Order: sequence, then C-alpha cells, then structure tokens
Amino acid sequence: MTTVETYPTLADAARALGPDAAYLAGGTLLMRELNAGRAAARIIRTTDPSLAQIRSTGDTVTLGAAVTMARILNERDLDFLHPVARRVGGPQVRNMATVAGNLFAPHPYGDLTTALLALGARVVMAGQGSPRPLDDLLRDRDRAGLVAAIELPRPRDPRSFGFLKVSRVHPKGASVLAIAALLPREGGRIRGARVALGAMGPHPLRSAAIERVLDGQNLDAATIDRAAAVAAEGLDPPTDALASAWYRKTVLGVHVKRLLERMGQG
Amino acid sequence: MAKKPVSFTLNGSPRSAFTDEGANLLDFLRRGVGDLSPKYGCGQGTCGACTVTIDGELHLACLTLAETIEGRAVGTAAGLAKGATLDPLQEAFMDHFAAQCGYCTPGMLVAARALLDRDPRPTREAVIEAISGNLCRCTGYEPIIQAILSVAEGGGRR
Repeated sequence: MTTVETYPTLADAARALGPDAAYLAGGTLLMRELNAGRAAARIIRTTDPSLAQIRSTGDTVTLGAAVTMARILNERDLDFLHPVARRVGGPQVRNMATVAGNLFAPHPYGDLTTALLALGARVVMAGQGSPRPLDDLLRDRDRAGLVAAIELPRPRDPRSFGFLKVSRVHPKGASVLAIAALLPREGGRIRGARVALGAMGPHPLRSAAIERVLDGQNLDAATIDRAAAVAAEGLDPPTDALASAWYRKTVLGVHVKRLLERMGQG
Repeated sequence: MAKKPVSFTLNGSPRSAFTDEGANLLDFLRRGVGDLSPKYGCGQGTCGACTVTIDGELHLACLTLAETIEGRAVGTAAGLAKGATLDPLQEAFMDHFAAQCGYCTPGMLVAARALLDRDPRPTREAVIEAISGNLCRCTGYEPIIQAILSVAEGGGRR
C-alpha cells in the first residue's frame, strides 16, 4: 500500500524523506515502479513553484530541478542543450521528464546527465549551502537527497560542445551509448577537455583516457584516432536488451571518432 | 486504501471523482471516471497507448499520479468527436486504413491532434517525430503518417 504526501516547499519534502520514501518528480521513472508494485511505501512530492524556474546570471544558467526536457527545447537561450533534450524519449516523455530526475535515471537512461557532466554542471541540493560537482553526486546518487537546481556554465563557444547518441530505434530509442564532449580551444589547441560517456557504466562517466589524449592537442586526424583507440580503456559497460558489453566497448571508438570529426569541422 | 477527491475538467466538462491513493491517471480515467478511450499498453511509458493531454500538453496517463490533475484540464480521444461529427483526423484514419486492431489509435489521435493544433502544416518528418512516442504493432506507420498528412492544411509540407 502506497501513501502520497504533498508538501508546499522543497525543504518540507526534504525533511519528510526517509528510507521508506521515494520522491516523485516528472513520474517517468518512479511511476513505472509504482505501476509494477515495486515503489516505496511513501511517495513524497512538492508543489514548490521555484523548482520550475530558469535563471541566467553571467555565464551560468540555473535550471530548477523540475524544468522539463520540453521546456529546455522552448528556451532559445539553452540552444546548446537542444540536440540533447530532443533525443530524450518521445514528445510525451519530454513534457514530463525533469532535468533533476535525469540525474537519477538508471542505465541506459540519462542522456541529458551525460551532457551536463561534460559541461561541468554543479548540483544545488535542498538544505545544503554550496553546490556539488555533478561528478561527485553521481558517485553516491542513491543516497544524495533532493535536488533544488542544476547550475550550468554556458560554453563560451557553442561549437566547443558536441553530443552524439546511438540508439537502435529512431527518432525515439534508449541509448546503446551516448557521448558528450566539451573541448574549449585556445589558439587551436584543446585546453580543459571534458568528455562524458552514457550507458557505458552504472551511471554516466567521465572518460579520463579520452581527455588525456585530447588535452593540449589540435583536433587533427592523428589525435582523433588516438582518442578513439583509448576510448574503451578500463570500461565495464552493462549488457542489456539493446547491446552487449562487448558490443558497446567495440563500437565506442567508432562513435567517438565520428563525434570528434564532426566537432573538428565545426 | 485511502480515497482522495479529484476535481478537474475532462474534454471541457467539469468532473469530480475519488481516486485511490497512489493510483495512476489511466486507472482513474478508465475505472473511476468511465472514459475508456485511453488504453493500458505497457504501464512503463513506452507505448503511448494511454496518451492524453493535460492543460494542452501531451502526457502519459499511466505515468501520471491521478491526484496531480486536481484543477487541471484533461483531454482524451473521447473528446475529439463533437456529437456525431468525427474529428477530421478520425475520418482520415478510417479513409487511410490507419487503424487495424485499434489499440494504439486513441493515443495516436491525441498525439496527432496536438501536433496539428500547434503546427497545421507539418512536414512528414514533423509527423514522424510527433508520433514517435506511440507504438503501433499492426498497420505499420505509413498509413498513419499518410492519414495525418491528409488532414494537414494543403496535405502538409512534404
């Protein structure tokens, strides 16, 4: 038996959370569990209007936790995220699924999180002062608490950010894998590369191997080949109905190469 | 199980009914309110057979908690026909053999209506994108795409 508790503010909802409770945001993940009879005994939700806000200050965009994929697609200011949000679910799911919910999406979901990880997003947690780097949150996301907002540095040059999702079904299909790359360049050379991989582990991951190869280099054919060659190093991706672990590791380099070639031309 | 009262509008008419706590909108509409047009397909948000509109936006009824529609406007395929006059999309689905078993049809119609209300002259690609959240396992998608394009102003921008 399930009870539903609705709170006026996120802070109230955060206080009500406990080991027997689950938080309901857009519903695209938790309602599946509820329909299958697997949900927690207590469902916690909030009607806090601040969660739907989008704010821009200088080079930082702050997305309220409840901002949906469809909302991102309606904001001209967030055009660098449009190619990512467009590849999440179908139209119905994009109207429901929230940015903060995506941070907790189990494999193979979490395409937006893969992009946010490459972009260097920080996560503002309910009742906590300073935001946490997303890399850090993903490591213990099962007991993280409630998200208030996501802070996102806007890429200085939109062409320095690239995203590629591979799915078996188009236009709507879950990820075989996803790749996001932020490659800021100074005088042609890459400085501070951030590359994230989706569906290649228990949650979206940074690729230290690819970043090491790219940093300080021009995005030329030889560098791209080296990045593709090391892409699968140290990864242990899941096997599921979409692809085996072997397949994911085998094709990752091919898709890394395609994304980097596209970004090199851009 | 506790019951909660929910007041909302269904296809423009005010309705009130009790929902079981934790029930989804699809169960509530079918069993609590008696609108059988949204269908139960997967219960996971994959098939789109339960597609409805909430305040004009496409949503999946199976993934919506029933009590969250308090005060909101819900639209279903049952609201497309006005009395005995079918929506042009419903006529077109018949003319183009876009329904076979019919199970996906209400969801397809709601998604297609939302598209044409937003964009009366969609491209073929826009039609495909608009129904990408709805699975059909018998006609194939081509008759459905043709039916929607035939209703679009001027047959759509092909």
